[in-house]
Amino acid sequence: MKPDPKRREMPVQPPKERIRNFNEVALGFTAELAVEEANRCLNCKTRPCVEGCPVNVDIPAFIQKLKDGDPEGAYRIISVNNSLPAVCGRVCPQESQCESRCTLGIRFEPVGIGRLERYVADTHNAAAAKAEARPEANGHRVAVVGSGPSGLTCAGDLAKKGYQVSIFEALHTPGGVLVYGIPEFRLPKSIVAKEISGLTELGVTIETNVIIGRTLTVDELFEQGFEAVFIGSGAGLPGFMGIPGESLKGVYSANEYLTRTNLMKAFREDADTPVMKGGKVAVVGGGNVAMDAARTALRLGADSVTVVYRRSMEELPARKEEVEHAQEEGVEFHLLCAPVEILGYWNEEDRQDPKNGFVTGMRCIEMELGEPDERGRRRPVPVEGSGFTLEADTVIMALGTSPNPLIKNTTRGLEVNRHGGIVVNEDGLTSREGVYAGGDAVTGAATVISAMGAGKKAARAIDEFLKNKN
Amino acid sequence: MYQIIQKTELNSNTTRMVVSAPRIAAKARPGQFIILRVDDEGERIPLTIAGTDPERGTVTIIFQKVGSTTEKLGSLQEGESIRDFAGPLGEPTKLDGLKRVCIIGGGVGCAIALPLAKALHDAGAEVTGIIGFRTKDLLILEEEFSECCQELIVMTDDGSYGEKGNVTAPLKQMLEEGKTFDSVIAIGPLVMMKFVALTCKPFGVPCTVSMNPIMIDGTGMCGGCRLTLHRGEETLTKFACVDGPDFNAYEVDFDEAMSRNRMYMEFERKAREDTCRLLRGNQEVER
Repeated sequence: MKPDPKRREMPVQPPKERIRNFNEVALGFTAELAVEEANRCLNCKTRPCVEGCPVNVDIPAFIQKLKDGDPEGAYRIISVNNSLPAVCGRVCPQESQCESRCTLGIRFEPVGIGRLERYVADTHNAAAAKAEARPEANGHRVAVVGSGPSGLTCAGDLAKKGYQVSIFEALHTPGGVLVYGIPEFRLPKSIVAKEISGLTELGVTIETNVIIGRTLTVDELFEQGFEAVFIGSGAGLPGFMGIPGESLKGVYSANEYLTRTNLMKAFREDADTPVMKGGKVAVVGGGNVAMDAARTALRLGADSVTVVYRRSMEELPARKEEVEHAQEEGVEFHLLCAPVEILGYWNEEDRQDPKNGFVTGMRCIEMELGEPDERGRRRPVPVEGSGFTLEADTVIMALGTSPNPLIKNTTRGLEVNRHGGIVVNEDGLTSREGVYAGGDAVTGAATVISAMGAGKKAARAIDEFLKNKN
Repeated sequence: MYQIIQKTELNSNTTRMVVSAPRIAAKARPGQFIILRVDDEGERIPLTIAGTDPERGTVTIIFQKVGSTTEKLGSLQEGESIRDFAGPLGEPTKLDGLKRVCIIGGGVGCAIALPLAKALHDAGAEVTGIIGFRTKDLLILEEEFSECCQELIVMTDDGSYGEKGNVTAPLKQMLEEGKTFDSVIAIGPLVMMKFVALTCKPFGVPCTVSMNPIMIDGTGMCGGCRLTLHRGEETLTKFACVDGPDFNAYEVDFDEAMSRNRMYMEFERKAREDTCRLLRGNQEVER
């Protein structure tokens, strides 16, 4: 049989419509499209896609179930390795993972594995939820710090093995970056809630409003009878550039801007939490978070949104799909450009002028690419005399985040590296016995799926550790 | 959910609530704060802890009804619950080794100043208290302060109680008379703290202030609470939630902090009016 060269496209909301709402952009496959796409899989012997998946989902097997018209069977296969398939189907960078290895992709477009995963998870979630049978309790207690992707995965895997798992979350809603960071239009919060309720049905308990390092310490968790602790506290600390004017009103970290909008629902007219809306918005940075912030700004009613990035489109670290979506929606890109100062309004005659202290623009310089740096990326070099002013009412700094020092500062003998990341061995074990860590708290800001992979690995190691200990 | 065990109106717009939160009560030390959310749709606001009772498992907060959220909070009754209550956050105030301290509280800031005065008094320090209010009706905690202060001076802006004037007047007088302190700790409106710092500076007395910027998470995640410190030639950005809330008063850029606190003024005014209309019917909104 001749392979089908073109992958099936997912229906999406048209750009003109979607920039006026926070509903999900991609609408998902129909049953028909899903089977057509599944049929493109060659079911090759080498199965390179499985190697490309950080949690090693048995991709050809779940696709086979779709070919057989058994999406629930496909779900059972995925959920062996992946406790958050509806999330991963949406936010995983499949183009650089499973799909990049696809045999069909050597000559044609690879199989749309992410789209199929999403279809399988959504179909399962839409069906009347049958509570999964709770595994038999083994009597051992494990504490998980943080309810983001790594913590949820670790908790889910341990619960399936019969551990009594308690997750401690600092914020008022579980989900971590899935809830405060990734916008509704990319990952609806109802989907996150659904995946989390799957965990609580397995017997995992989630306590919100508990800040480990403040409300309780890691040492106290052991005193309370937990036999192992997994730290998945993420990388929450936002970076700023250290240029003049960054404390003007209207300058946000992407974390603050997205948290106000996503977690605190500032996009709703009746929200209690404010966020600056409309006007001209500049977003500094080129990662996925910058794209999320830019697209959020449009939906909050911005007149124009410009992404300012110091290298060229080729080096831009955001996923291609996100950049394309942003461009379709009208986000402008000012590349090879770096801010040097943020400018504000000041009325010398009237110190009470309510406009005083608000952002008016950003002084920038053009850059050109010089020699490659240690990571092989060409280093941007300022072009002399190229200064210009970009008008802006809101400036969003999306410069990356680093791990929060709170747990390090309050846990005896916990080693961290110079970037603040917790030091772990290949099993996720930290410098403290019984204390494991994974996700952004270890690596600094990375992807949802790599955090899940780390949570999974740690769950395996914790299981081994407790089995051998007892 | 965190139940309100006791509610007391301290004056026409200041309320004290004792809230059941055993874990926080066990941990909190003077100077730390909590973040609360009144209901499921509510915003997160920081409030500094005014006292704890670890045995009963309670945390005391004192707040003024100045915005939509504090209005809603103030409308809750004993037995009802606050949706979210997280803490203790921030670094505790450093009180170790202090022997002679001047504690200055302005308005509802006195609620936070009191546990510091108490802790110092209990540790055997000599505490001088200066507390200031706009007018007599807004006076709070006088008795509690007098129990732990060697000397207590009450100031009102309009002279309706105590001495007329603001808190810097007696401070300046004491310093000029040669009175010495290991530290002056000021908690109140930004403008008050700014002028306390200016008053102390010529005398070289160490001065600490407790900052209360706009905040969301309180754990260092949003950076909304950032403030600028000027340390020698250096300009530093600090997060009040994790690096503070206490800072060396001589380093804080108060003008910037005051400007940042007014970021959502218009939104807040409207939100408060809406809330008041909802809570009190269509009576005129008190400004």
